[in-house]
Parts: sequence; C-alpha cells; structure tokens
Amino acid sequence: MMLNPALKLNQKIFDKDVEVAPTRKGYGDALEKLGEVNPNVVVLCADLTDSTQCAKFAEKFPERFIECGVAEQNMAAIAAGLGVSGKIPFISSYATFSPGKNWETIRTTIVYNQSNVKIAGHHSGIVTGADGATHQATEDIAIVRAWPWIKVIVPCDWHEALRATEVSADIKGPVYLRFTRDKTPVITTDKTPFDINHAQVYWLSKNPQATIFGTGHLLYYALAAASELEKEKIEVDVVNVATIKPIDEKGIISSAEKSGAVVTVEDHQITGGLGGAIAEVLSRNKPLPMEYIGLQDTFAESGKPAELIKKYKMDDTAIIEAVKKVMERKNG
Amino acid sequence: MTSELHEEKLQELEEKSNEIRQLIIKTLLEAGSGHSAGPLGMTDIFCAFYFHILNHDPKKPDWPERDRLVLSNGHICPVQYVTMALAGYFPIEELKTLRKIDSRLQGHPHRTALPGLETTSGPLGEGLSQAIGMALAAKLDKKDYRIYVLTSDGEHQEGNIWEAAMFAGKNKIGNLTQVIDRNNIQIDGFTENIMPLEPLREKYLAFNWEVIDVDGHNIREFVDAIGKAQSTHQKPTIIIAHTIPGKGVSFMENDYKWHGSAPDDEQAKQALAELRTLQGKIVSEHE
Repeated sequence: MMLNPALKLNQKIFDKDVEVAPTRKGYGDALEKLGEVNPNVVVLCADLTDSTQCAKFAEKFPERFIECGVAEQNMAAIAAGLGVSGKIPFISSYATFSPGKNWETIRTTIVYNQSNVKIAGHHSGIVTGADGATHQATEDIAIVRAWPWIKVIVPCDWHEALRATEVSADIKGPVYLRFTRDKTPVITTDKTPFDINHAQVYWLSKNPQATIFGTGHLLYYALAAASELEKEKIEVDVVNVATIKPIDEKGIISSAEKSGAVVTVEDHQITGGLGGAIAEVLSRNKPLPMEYIGLQDTFAESGKPAELIKKYKMDDTAIIEAVKKVMERKNG
Repeated sequence: MTSELHEEKLQELEEKSNEIRQLIIKTLLEAGSGHSAGPLGMTDIFCAFYFHILNHDPKKPDWPERDRLVLSNGHICPVQYVTMALAGYFPIEELKTLRKIDSRLQGHPHRTALPGLETTSGPLGEGLSQAIGMALAAKLDKKDYRIYVLTSDGEHQEGNIWEAAMFAGKNKIGNLTQVIDRNNIQIDGFTENIMPLEPLREKYLAFNWEVIDVDGHNIREFVDAIGKAQSTHQKPTIIIAHTIPGKGVSFMENDYKWHGSAPDDEQAKQALAELRTLQGKIVSEHE
C-alpha cells in the first residue's frame, strides 16, 4: 500500500465494499452548511433542484433560493447582478447547459464583469450514463479553462466536493465547480487536507517510472491502476489535480520530472481539459512523453457508467496500457 | 421618489441634452468609430436620469444606497460616457480616449474599468437579467434603491430578454423599471422587417408587466412615467420610449445606416451646426 500517509486517505479504497457517494451530494451538503453560516449565499437553479442537490438548501432557506425555470442564460445573468450586489450566488444546472448553453452570458456578465458567482456544472463526464451524450458534459473544462480570472475545481469524491464548495464561497470572484451524477468511491476522508493551491500526490513511490495526473472521479481508476502496476513491480506516482485553474505549475513540473513520463486521466475530451493543461505546463518547462486517458475526440452514448468507462478506455486497464506505452516511449 | 420637474428645470435639462448631443458628435469624431444613432436617440432619457431621476453621487460611485442604471445595449455607451462626464463622474477631457488604448472608456462598457458603470455589456439581451439580480439583492437586503435598465428594441430578438421578462413578471419585481429604446432600427435595417416585435405593448402586458408608452424626447412625459413606475410596487414596469434614432441631426435621423457608424470631419461639422441652431429653442419644440 503506497497511499500517501500524510493525506489520511481512505484505507479501504480497494475493498469490495468501499464507500460510494456522488460528488454532487458533496455540493448539496456544502450548500446546506453555507446557508447556515453565510447569509449572503444564494442558490439559483434551472428546474433541476433535486438532481443538482439544491433541495435541502431550498427547503431551509426558501427566501435565498431562486428557481429560474429552464432558462440558463437568465439564471447566469441574474446571478451576475446578485454577485455585484454583495451576494454569493451559486448557479446549478447540468454542465452541458451551464456553462455550455450560456457560455457567452457567463463570459460577459460573470467572468469579465468580475461578479462573485460560483458555477456548479453537474452531470459531467460519460458517467452521467443512460441519459446519453446530450447530457454528458465532456468539453466543459476546456470551455471554462480558456477564460482568464476564473478558478476551476474538479473534486475527486464527495468529501472533496464538499470542501471545494465550502472554500469557493470564500474565494472572491468566479469559480467553476464540476460534479458527477453517479456514485463513485470515496477516496479521501474528513481528515484529508483540501488544498486548492496545490496538486497532491495520492500514491507515492520511491522510484516512479511514470506520473499519473488525474482529476475527478477517475482518480479512483488511476489509483487502482497504480496498485495493480505495483504487483508487476512498476512504480508510479498518482497526483490529484483538483484545481485545474490556476494550475499548480511547480507541483506538476516536480512530479513529472521525478518519473520523466506522464499519463493524464480525466472523464472529459482529451483536448483542452486536464491533459491540455498539463501539456501546456510541461511543454513550456520540461517537455516529456505524455499519454492521454479521456474521451478520444468522439461523443459517448447511453449505457451504465462502468460499461462506458470500459468501452471508452478510461478504466484501470486502459490506464495501465497508457503507463506502459509512455514508459516505452521514454526508454525508447 | 423623483422630485417634481419644474418648468425651469425642464428647460435646463433640454439645454443639457443639446450639450450632450454635441459632445457625443465630438467624441465619436475623435474616436473614429462607434455608434451614432442610438446615443443621439437616447440622449434626452440619459439626461433625465443623470440630472433629475437617479439618486446618486458622482463623487461616490460605490455608494451602496445609490439607484442602479444598467445599460443593456452597451453599444450606445457614448451617450452614457458623455452624460456621466457632464454629471461629474470623470473629467470631460477623458472623453477623447473613447475606444483608444489604455482608456477607461472601452468600446463597449466594462464595469470594472470605470467607476459608476453598473455592468459590462455589449453582447445583447443580458442586462435585464442582471438588473433583476440587483433588484433581488435589494429586496433581500431590504434596501430602497431602485434599478433602472435600458434595453433596445433590436435586442428583444434575444431569447434571454424573454426569459428575464417572464421571470420579472412572475416574481413581481416592483423595484425594477425597464426603458426600451423603441427606435425601430437595427444594424441590418428596420426592426419590423428584420424580426417584427409588435405588438410590443401587448406582449409585455401578457408577461404581467405595467406598460407605459412615452415620447422618448419629451422629458416631462418621461419623468411622469418614471413617477408612475416608482409607485407601482406589485409589478415591474416597462416604459416604451418611442425615439428617433439620430435625433437632432437631420441626415442621421431614422436612417439605420447610422446605427453603427461615426461621423467624419465634414459630417460632424454639419451635425454640430445643426445642433447649435437648436440652442435656446428646444422648449418651444414640444409646445
């Protein structure tokens, strides 16, 4: 077991009965807490109150819950007006609609306008499952990451989702938070420090042959891959990059240099997301062979999350293959 | 509440409007690009807002209790910049920097660039929603300040406007007043040819708004309408301001080609000459 002891991660992570919870639940739990402690927090939703986990906030703080109906542009711009008037609005919808459909509204009225709005993009990734590709947000990191002045956080499990949501309320300015629908393994514990500024090494090796940078729920598969590779006597590091913007350049470079080969893992298109962000950092500082796990320039389809992860080559098997391939390239 | 408009003050405002129009022409000439028709058409309304209606303090643009004036159709910002400068928000000299590098006067307004701007705008259809957000914040904080939002008729082709109109009607946002510049033109031509908006009045009535039609160049009528809006608490109000795009400059009036262009030297000279002939005669125009 090479889980970084300093981070107090879930020691039962590889057990069959590992605790599972959706990251969106962490968002909902955090909103409820924030509602109690911060009277300026308001929550806006576009006809997806239950699904985006705003129901408890809505019930407890009805005067601070704003139902916008199916109108994501209106929701974003109303939030912009609230955000320049001393409020801390959280806007909640599926990421394909917000920041997808209302991208320019957010760009102009929230990001460029420097309004203090938190954008919660739900149902991200192909693990959205049966709803199909229309509802699986797989380009959202790319489209928000291109904006200046925004922070982009992709929590790996519900604990981290809760902490990220809480912390975002204290950040002045726009923040994008990315959540998933499906229940995924709980990787961290309530004792794991959440560090918005630094990528954290979750799986630590003495002599890593490759560095796996992961974000979001697929970090679990990255850790599973590391554990299996260990049995084959291949050491790797696994780094949780929860904050994609601003990215921890120093941390990324030093982790990558340690092994000399990089694999990125994300439930997102391989273009423009975590892989793109890491490639930008390394190409400027320390060019290294890289392999990308993610959606390979295609749309996915309906299916069970586990089936989709396997078919679209984002599971531990695919990650192991990518590690071996990048090691070959490094050594070849 | 807006105070009564005495005859003397009315005349002062109308003279001020003429001054604003002249300064708009000079500013656009210096900038070398920008929009002419909309700013000249909305001059009387901007003048009424900044010099009579708004509860504001140009020396304290962040004063929390101030009324908010949100410009949704940001492309008409030359009239806002000129009016703000004359009201004392920044030096008149600075108008020469419009659209130039290192300027606070961006080609389309940017909130954080210039104190006194309430939002960033240019992309159409977004101001009404932002004004609703400000109105909701005022209600949550139990504050009395009012939110005025200026929109255009062409911009009503954006779906976002109708999302916002629906929301404001449903939620009875009574501290919100919209003023639509009904000037009948947009970049590609006349609005009723591009995408008809009529019956506009009936549309807003159906969305549960209070609707008041005014002559957008009659300051008294406009101020009266604002008074009615201020005493309408159970509904948002829209004032449909019927305006003449390019108002005051004969060759610009009602010509959609002036929507998005600025005058050259010769045109500016002629425009200023025309506007100067109106000095001291404007009040009689309405009688």
